[in-house]
Amino acid sequence: MDVATFLVQCLNALQYGLLLFLVASGLTLIFGVMGVINLAHGSFYMVGAYMAYALAPAFAQVPGIGFVAMLAAGVGLALMLGWALEWAFVSFLYDRDHLQQVLMTYGLILVFEELRSLVAGNDVHGVAIPGWLAGSVRLGSLMDYPVYRLFISGVCVLVALGLYAVIARTRLGMMVRAGAANREMVTALGIDVKRLFRAMFAAGVALAVLAGMLAAPVSSVYPGMGNQVLIICFVVVVIGGIGSIRGAFAAALLVGAVDTFGKVFFPQAAGVLVYVLMALVLLWRPEGLFRAA
Amino acid sequence: MNRQSTIAVLAAAALLLSMPAPAQAPKLKVGFMLPYSGTYAALGEAIEKGFRLYLAEQGGRVGGREVEFVKVDDESDPAKATDNVNKLVKRDNVDVIVGTVHSGVAMAMAKVAKDTGTLLIIPNAGAGAATGAMCAENIFRSSFSNWQPGYAMGEVAAQRGARKVVTITWKYAAGDESVGGFKEAFEKGGGQVVKELSLPFPNVEFQPLLTEIASLKPDAVYTFFAGGGAVKFVKDYAAAGLKDKIPLYGAGFLTDGTLEAQGADAQGLLTTLHYGDGLDVPKDKAFRAAYAKAYGAQPDVYAVQGYDAAQMLAIGLNAAKGDVSRKAEIARAIVAAKIDSPRGAFSVSASHNPVQDMYLRQVVGKDNKVIAVASHALADPGRGCRM
Repeated sequence: MDVATFLVQCLNALQYGLLLFLVASGLTLIFGVMGVINLAHGSFYMVGAYMAYALAPAFAQVPGIGFVAMLAAGVGLALMLGWALEWAFVSFLYDRDHLQQVLMTYGLILVFEELRSLVAGNDVHGVAIPGWLAGSVRLGSLMDYPVYRLFISGVCVLVALGLYAVIARTRLGMMVRAGAANREMVTALGIDVKRLFRAMFAAGVALAVLAGMLAAPVSSVYPGMGNQVLIICFVVVVIGGIGSIRGAFAAALLVGAVDTFGKVFFPQAAGVLVYVLMALVLLWRPEGLFRAA
Repeated sequence: MNRQSTIAVLAAAALLLSMPAPAQAPKLKVGFMLPYSGTYAALGEAIEKGFRLYLAEQGGRVGGREVEFVKVDDESDPAKATDNVNKLVKRDNVDVIVGTVHSGVAMAMAKVAKDTGTLLIIPNAGAGAATGAMCAENIFRSSFSNWQPGYAMGEVAAQRGARKVVTITWKYAAGDESVGGFKEAFEKGGGQVVKELSLPFPNVEFQPLLTEIASLKPDAVYTFFAGGGAVKFVKDYAAAGLKDKIPLYGAGFLTDGTLEAQGADAQGLLTTLHYGDGLDVPKDKAFRAAYAKAYGAQPDVYAVQGYDAAQMLAIGLNAAKGDVSRKAEIARAIVAAKIDSPRGAFSVSASHNPVQDMYLRQVVGKDNKVIAVASHALADPGRGCRM
């Protein structure tokens, strides 16, 4: 492998890792703060992708700003969806054990899949990339790199920085960190945990939906797309340390790199490499790379 | 005799009298085991519609028997396949099983059919073994083997002057068999497969492998993907700027049912399959008109395969006078027949797979236009089949 190819592969790894982070961050947020195993996270990713498919034609009328407005509208809808789901279902799960959480959120997967089938059918759909992002940039003499992929990476970096700022620098972030460390104590201190949890769940859903909307133009929109994402997300969350945003970021980049170079150098083992990575990390640090704090 | 029992006797007598004269033969029970949910739900529906269309044209009868249907959703889940097929065979006592789309599920069905002797017609799944190592007197296929489109494309690629080719597919049976067929024909034609790229099913992060293709600079790329993966691969291939530099050849599923989603990125792509748009076959025109009239939609290759599954069943049972236990006669009749399919007439090989023309198709707008016959009357070698 020459240097140019290697550099492009590094870019591939980085770009894939950043997208993984965007999806996994919502999962680790919900898991870490609320202690809820949310199997339906992949479904929210799928909802986002179908949302992009449904909303794109309407927002395409507005050139330029239209796509960003669509993302904003989608995130708004997702916050409402998350708020409602927490109120209707998830809020009953906090005091129950993990098995019941798994059952409930698994049920949600089935409901969302069936709804998707009823509303949007079972066909594969494409979502157009907005005009101003549709081009490619030339990477040396080797190949073109789609501008849209770079755009996704840019958004992921912005979200990562935003999450870091909120969690490390704001009062809300303080409550989140405190909630992850010791929920009972936070309640005892008089913080309205109910509202905090509802907001966190909504934020987690919004992150997954945003990831789905961003990914839709490159991954296309198809049945069962959420389940594929879910498993790799859990790998990222577990490697990173449950509940740690910082850990999820590091783990996502690590998984992106292992997956990318694994496919190139060890194609026969590419399917298991990320799981081997997970096992090794857990042997070395049973709590994951960064313990939630 | 008291009043109540008098009434009961009268009622029973009335019931007996009101019953129609018994039919000459009991109904033929056909069990559909198809995906009615999940990724392949649309395919399952098309197969059933095609099957029912042919039956309706025959007045709802085959081999002199009326037909009734039992349906099981196989969910394209190999883990549930054996249970599902046993439901049809043991609980519902079906005479014939029609299914399915997913190769893994179809193999489980073939296993049960081989053991119990129930007649099985596979209307899609291309797993080579179903008409290879697992072949049996009572197992038939109305579609294709994975090897066939691959082999046909291997011939085309060699004729078009490609010398060094890279293949890329998912690492699973269908992908391996398709690439195997391609490689066999392509290397026979003097070409060389310089690298076989693969990724785990159903992973769709193609970027590292596209970079690999760009650095290898082959004359052409052969690929087997289907469904959502096919859409994403075609789009990523174009976005990486490879489409105009390195021709992309595919098994037909790359561009079947996916063109709306692939849009401009699929235009001009070449694929091979046993069906396509713009076929100059009178039967196809009649079939398309009848299908559109019955269902208000255009048929696809899956509807054709369902239609032909019904044709094969009818040919077999007509020869056996509607008696499903006369398996040797059924098999003899089907193998001897020329089946008048919308894809063009085909025959059935000794291992019970269609011997058929493979078309070379080019994407034009929303159509897979047939531009040539890539391989005439191509027969799967049926390796490992002993009957």
